[in-house]
Amino acid sequence: MADLSANFLGIKSPNPFWLASAPPTDKQYNVLRAFEAGWGGVVWKTLGSQVKNVSSRYSAVDYGGSKVMGFNNIELISDRPLDINLREIAECVRLFPDRAMIVSLMADNSREKWHELIAQVEDTGAHGLELNFGCPHGMTERGMGAAVGQDPEIAKMVVEWVMEKATLPVITKLTPNVHSVVPTGRASVEGGTNALSLINTIQSITGVDLDTFVPNPYVAGKSVYGGYCGPAVKPIALKMLTTIAQDPITSRMPISGIGGVSTWKDAVEFMLLGASNVQVCTAVMKHGFRIIEDMCDGMNNWMDEKGFKTLDDFIGKSVPTITHWEDLDINYHIVANIDQDKCIHCGLCYIACEDTSHQSINLSYGNPYNTYSIKEDECVGCNLCKLVCPVDSCITMVEQRKGDEYLNWKEFQRRGLPLNDH
Amino acid sequence: MAITNNRLTAEQYEQNFSDIHPPFDSREAALVDANRCLFCYDAPCTKSCPTSINIPKFIKQITTDNIKGSAYTILDANIMGGGCSKVCPVEKLCEGSCVFNLMDEPPIPIAKLQRYSTEKAIDHKWPLFQRKPSTGRKVAVIGAGPAGLSCAHVLSREGIDVTIFEKERKGGGLMTYGIAAYKVTPEFCEDEVNFITSLGGIEIKYEQELGKNVSLADLQANYDAVYIGIGVGVARQLAIPGEDLAGVEDAIRFIYDIREKGYPSVPVGDRVAVIGLGMTAIDAATQAKRLGAKEVTIVYRRTQAEMPSTEVELNLAKLDSCSLIWLASPKEIKGENGQVTQLICNVMELGVPDTSGRRTPIETGETITLNVDMVIKAAGQVPFEDLVDSNQLNNWKGKIAIDSNCATNIPGVFAGGDCVNGGKEVVDAVQAGKDGAKAILGFMYKERASE
Ligand SMILES: Cc1cc2nc3c(=O)[nH]c(=O)nc-3n(C[C@H](O)[C@H](O)[C@H](O)COP(=O)(O)OP(=O)(O)OC[C@H]3O[C@@H](n4cnc5c(N)ncnc54)[C@H](O)[C@@H]3O)c2cc1C
Ligand SMILES: Cc1cc2nc3c(=O)[nH]c(=O)nc-3n(C[C@H](O)[C@H](O)[C@H](O)COP(=O)(O)O)c2cc1C
Ligand code: SF4
Ligand code: SF4
Ligand code: SF4
Repeated sequence: MADLSANFLGIKSPNPFWLASAPPTDKQYNVLRAFEAGWGGVVWKTLGSQVKNVSSRYSAVDYGGSKVMGFNNIELISDRPLDINLREIAECVRLFPDRAMIVSLMADNSREKWHELIAQVEDTGAHGLELNFGCPHGMTERGMGAAVGQDPEIAKMVVEWVMEKATLPVITKLTPNVHSVVPTGRASVEGGTNALSLINTIQSITGVDLDTFVPNPYVAGKSVYGGYCGPAVKPIALKMLTTIAQDPITSRMPISGIGGVSTWKDAVEFMLLGASNVQVCTAVMKHGFRIIEDMCDGMNNWMDEKGFKTLDDFIGKSVPTITHWEDLDINYHIVANIDQDKCIHCGLCYIACEDTSHQSINLSYGNPYNTYSIKEDECVGCNLCKLVCPVDSCITMVEQRKGDEYLNWKEFQRRGLPLNDH
Repeated sequence: MAITNNRLTAEQYEQNFSDIHPPFDSREAALVDANRCLFCYDAPCTKSCPTSINIPKFIKQITTDNIKGSAYTILDANIMGGGCSKVCPVEKLCEGSCVFNLMDEPPIPIAKLQRYSTEKAIDHKWPLFQRKPSTGRKVAVIGAGPAGLSCAHVLSREGIDVTIFEKERKGGGLMTYGIAAYKVTPEFCEDEVNFITSLGGIEIKYEQELGKNVSLADLQANYDAVYIGIGVGVARQLAIPGEDLAGVEDAIRFIYDIREKGYPSVPVGDRVAVIGLGMTAIDAATQAKRLGAKEVTIVYRRTQAEMPSTEVELNLAKLDSCSLIWLASPKEIKGENGQVTQLICNVMELGVPDTSGRRTPIETGETITLNVDMVIKAAGQVPFEDLVDSNQLNNWKGKIAIDSNCATNIPGVFAGGDCVNGGKEVVDAVQAGKDGAKAILGFMYKERASE
């Protein structure tokens, strides 16, 4: 049995799975249920000045028969009174002392307001603070949330205010609504933050209702841009995480990975790319807290299989494999191969290659089943056929190097080698 | 022990004859299956549909809620796509070659999805097709079965005015009169015929029989071309002693009565023997059971390996607890007071393969005796030999001979469907109608060019 216990900034939790700051963490009832289910920690729904929510406030993107591939919300920070939240936080900490309790904050834009809020929260016995620099709607108009996260100068200033007062570890949560998360990440580090987390939600319109003509979500005939999250945003979150994990300044920070984590596999990917733990929101909003069981179990089995005893054995392991395009080995070449015994003759590889790639698949007509085979000389090794083939390991890519030595694009140009020799 | 009708309560009849292939309960259920379809290229399912419906396309259209488009895709290729979705032996057609079979997974329920779209089109009477302005050309079609209706629809879309001469009081052919009642209802058949004729340009004259009220010569004189789609005729006689006893029934007649008269009116015995093992035999056996017969035994000359029905159909009969006697051939029907009491069969064994490659059964000399009070004959159908002969149509034992262009030996007279192939499926007849229409259009263009 591997050891799943996590230590993030000295904050211990029995596993690396925290609930992200969102409705699942906005009251005692939910949080106690989450802890009972086995979640390692929570980031309490963002506290700040009093707000009021609208309805409806969620919408989703369904794809190919699967529901909620992408999720979007136009919700604000916690709309419950501050004193109730504080009382409940203290109660949860008392009942589950072994779990991580982080409180997300978004104060009005003044040093005093931040200091005041931090003092109140620290009194609850919580273990850490997370600064919400990401909310993409509602708060930005008032110069908060993403308005802070999008301006490195302001972000640095706010972090500094916080660090003046905070005695607990501070995590700064970044917004993805920027062309790069690194500048705000660096500014936060310079401001003194103890850790970073990312991503918050991405501005989006999930779709338009074809009967009312109003985009989703619908609020009395109008809509607004909402924050996108769920499985659909994972690739974007992973990329942003990796840039933070690679940057010499931000990589010094522990990182909490967020954005589309739904299974133990997703979590492992985030951690391989530099996250020390992960936070989850949409997946529990879709399935409830019970998904934690397989998350722990699956990660545990995977670690056993790979021989990893603790989380530190694999955190960040994949980061060095991300390089620059011009450093890739041009001599590495692969060609597709179809296993005729596994092929079900659906023709998907053929039509994809024929219409949109390199016409490298041969069709010989049959009734009712055609036969498909690869024209090895034409195949550029792009991988498309393998991606579209519905049968597991029916198409494999076989290595056929163009030369023994490693050769990258810079060297290729320097030697003046001929273009398009394959 | 006797043959009587009205054996069951109204509810029992209702239950016994309810749809054996129920439709999807909801849009979501249909979407789950539609989304499983891989959208194959040059799809094997399409190649295995005699009417070549673009199956991946219509299923894709269901996944995008484009039901009108989906119904058009189906009905454009097969105007009886609604009925076919209920009666096609899909396990040997489209679904039988769905690529999922090669992964040992259940195939996409193509017919059920096809029903999902077409039923909506027919229920809502969607005007999916527009006919071109009338060209003034006229074609006579004999028989309002699947072949005739399909031919008429294609022709009318091209602006040809079509008159159909039908000997019965309803259209649809065996779809209306022959197919087991738990596959399609008479109401559906009527709606389907109305949906087809709602295009306009098609007039059906009922109770008009070729050889009785109409003659081929008249039609030739009054129309630019004639299409014959009269189907295959009556049940084959067994030519054994006792065939004229009361209680010996012809399967086609028996099924016709179930469709025409209503379940309680159709008499059925306590112990019924059904002879043959084609689709007709299965339909007769299961329906006899569902009408309240206590025991139904299917008697077949060969073994399961040679049977014409599919495994799925055979299972239908088995699930209705009909019993089977393999390798038994009727020898004599015995009776008392003119009523059937026994069926005596020769016990057979398999000999050498015949011309069709099936091993011919030969007598062993032993016999078995079944105590029965009703015998239903379903040993195949024989074409309308006299009718075809008397009209000087080239034929083979009544099956009309056509060339590769659907033309008979008489210029301007075309034929297709069961009357040519000796009896296949509805979907084959629909394709034959399409082919016939295409040939007729070609013929008329050529005529016009040479005028
Ligand atoms: C018992 C039984 C069960 C079957 N079950 C199935 C099934 O489950 N699925 C399936 O796909 N197929 C089934 N079939 C086969 C299918 O019904 C036929 O292949 C199909 O109906 C043939 O169409 P058609 O238009 O060629 O002939 P028919 O459907 O026979 O239509 C011929 C039409 O011509 C009319 N007609 C005949 N003679 C004359 C005349 N002299 N003058 C004017 N009109 C005339 C008839 O009344 C009829 O309306 C079954 C057949 C039988 C007998
Ligand atoms: C309904 C909803 C409300 C949210 N509210 C907050 C919030 O108050 N504070 C915050 O920092 N993030 C908030 N988030 C963002 C999530 O914490 C998380 O960053 C984002 O949803 C991406 O993770 P996921 O893909 O697992 O959902 C909210 C998300 C949702 C869906
Ligand atoms: S996509 Fe895969 S299964 Fe389909 S034809 Fe190509 S190799 Fe065969
Ligand atoms: S018409 Fe019959 S064979 Fe053709 S696709 Fe439809 S159900 Fe399948
Ligand atoms: S063969 Fe099956 S999976 Fe492929 S297109 Fe046809 S129904 Fe879909």
